[in-house]
Amino acid sequence: MTSLAKDIAPSTGGQPMVRAEAVHKSFGLSHVLKGIDLEVNPREVFCLVGPSGSGKSTFLRCINHLEKINAGRLYVDGRLVGYRQQGDKLYELKEKEVSAQRRDIGMVFQRFNLFPHMTALENVMEAPIQVKRETKAVARERAQQLLDRVGLGDRIGHYPAQLSGGQQQRVAIARALAMQPKLMLFDEPTSALDPELVGEVLDVMRDLAADGMTMIVVTHEMSFAREVGDSLVFMDDGVVVESGHPREVLMNPQHERTKSFLSKVL
Amino acid sequence: MTEISDRIPPPAPSVPPEQIKAIPVRHYGRWVAGAVIIGLLVLIGIAFSNAKINYGVIPDYLFDPGIVTGAWTTLYISVLAMLLGVVLGIVIAVMRLSSNPVTSTVAWVYIWFFRGTPVLVQLLLWYNIALVFPILNLGFYKDEMNQVMTPVLTALLGLGLNEAAYMSEIVRAGIQSVDEGQTEASHALGMTQGKTLRRVVLPQAMRVIIPPTGNEFINMLKTSSLAYAVQLPELIKKATDISSTSLAVVEMYFVACIWYLFLTTIFSIVQYYIERRYARGSSRSLPPTPLQRMRKYLRMFGSFRRPEVAR
Repeated sequence: MTSLAKDIAPSTGGQPMVRAEAVHKSFGLSHVLKGIDLEVNPREVFCLVGPSGSGKSTFLRCINHLEKINAGRLYVDGRLVGYRQQGDKLYELKEKEVSAQRRDIGMVFQRFNLFPHMTALENVMEAPIQVKRETKAVARERAQQLLDRVGLGDRIGHYPAQLSGGQQQRVAIARALAMQPKLMLFDEPTSALDPELVGEVLDVMRDLAADGMTMIVVTHEMSFAREVGDSLVFMDDGVVVESGHPREVLMNPQHERTKSFLSKVL
Repeated sequence: MTEISDRIPPPAPSVPPEQIKAIPVRHYGRWVAGAVIIGLLVLIGIAFSNAKINYGVIPDYLFDPGIVTGAWTTLYISVLAMLLGVVLGIVIAVMRLSSNPVTSTVAWVYIWFFRGTPVLVQLLLWYNIALVFPILNLGFYKDEMNQVMTPVLTALLGLGLNEAAYMSEIVRAGIQSVDEGQTEASHALGMTQGKTLRRVVLPQAMRVIIPPTGNEFINMLKTSSLAYAVQLPELIKKATDISSTSLAVVEMYFVACIWYLFLTTIFSIVQYYIERRYARGSSRSLPPTPLQRMRKYLRMFGSFRRPEVAR
């Protein structure tokens, strides 16, 4: 069996894959992130949990610069996200440079966001051809392998509308992996799925974790966090309330807010 | 893993239960309405056949060389003006959506002007553009404007630039109809704004853009007749030229109408197939083409088996 993420790019040195220092984000008057500090180590499965509106998805979207942060610093693999620092001054990166940073960060969305006008295979081949300028043959071969690995080798010619939600999400994971990212972001990957389809997506993510992919997972699947997660952060109202090993936080929460949240979801 | 096919319920038993035999409701109103409409159509037909129109000459002029070249001119000026309109329309739509206030304002003013004034006036303005720019000087090329502005170029600019204003609004609506998640997904994969537009957004916007664009093109085939005012030898110009010598005035308009109907019919069919192409992925199965549908009906009449389930 081939590995899902056999070509994980080696991280540069012993530094954390993601480091957030006092990250703030506002949308107009609403202050969504109020100073997030955290570190995600390479090969770690890092779970973000919390009530909706707590800012976990926003934080995830800041990591690949889909949202611009208003204050603080955010580093991925030692490099500032979206900016370049020279002395005390920050320079915004050009569109091309931002795109180049995003290549190494895969993202999986709650609503899949597959390209509906392309088949499963074409969805997976698109970015390697367009962004990495790979030849069709090379891209096709790896796309085929990845789709085999997520259990959809016999569905490569199907359009997203012809696939179930779980199948679409697995194609979306294969599409992100096709860029050979060193970090994968999952934004509530199973929240839009029928309960009976959640398992097949979590299985793929479990395999990916076993292969050593660095993953940040926003999720409500506490059992997945407990089983697969290496660290867990509980966020509420834009701040980190509690963090630690998933089993400790989930079994033995320290803060009242964590306790009341977990009592409702567990 | 659950396959889609696993969840489809077993097919219904093929022998239907006894059919209900009931006396249907009588729709007397439908009979009355049908009779009235047919009566009116017959009256209109009688009126036209009694008119002082010499229908006999219409077939004689239908393939008159002048008329055929006129129809050809109508066709190619429409296609070229439409191409100009679509390309420029996309550019203006992107400008309109851009975050640069200068480009979006310029696009807004363009649409405001070209949509807000009659095409005929715009054509006449291009025809008289030499009043503003007597000499055209492109550096490598210099000539008197009156020499440059041939009827074809005048019609092309007049019709094409006007069309661009309408097309840009159609394209803008199409672009805005594409889910924002699509842009995010392609940005997250490292695609730039331009790539995202070309590879992800526009192909999906096409589904929204094409039906009104077909409409615009069919409109263009007929609006091109206004270019008759700038001496373009298109269908109406040719028809009036002939009528002035043959004295068959209304008959020549009938000839022109037959050609316009022929051209619009052809392009309605082309539009259907283009729409079908861009429907890929938007539904589980494509609608049948008219040919496929006809074959299906034939099969149904040939044997009384149940029609095959569409793939």
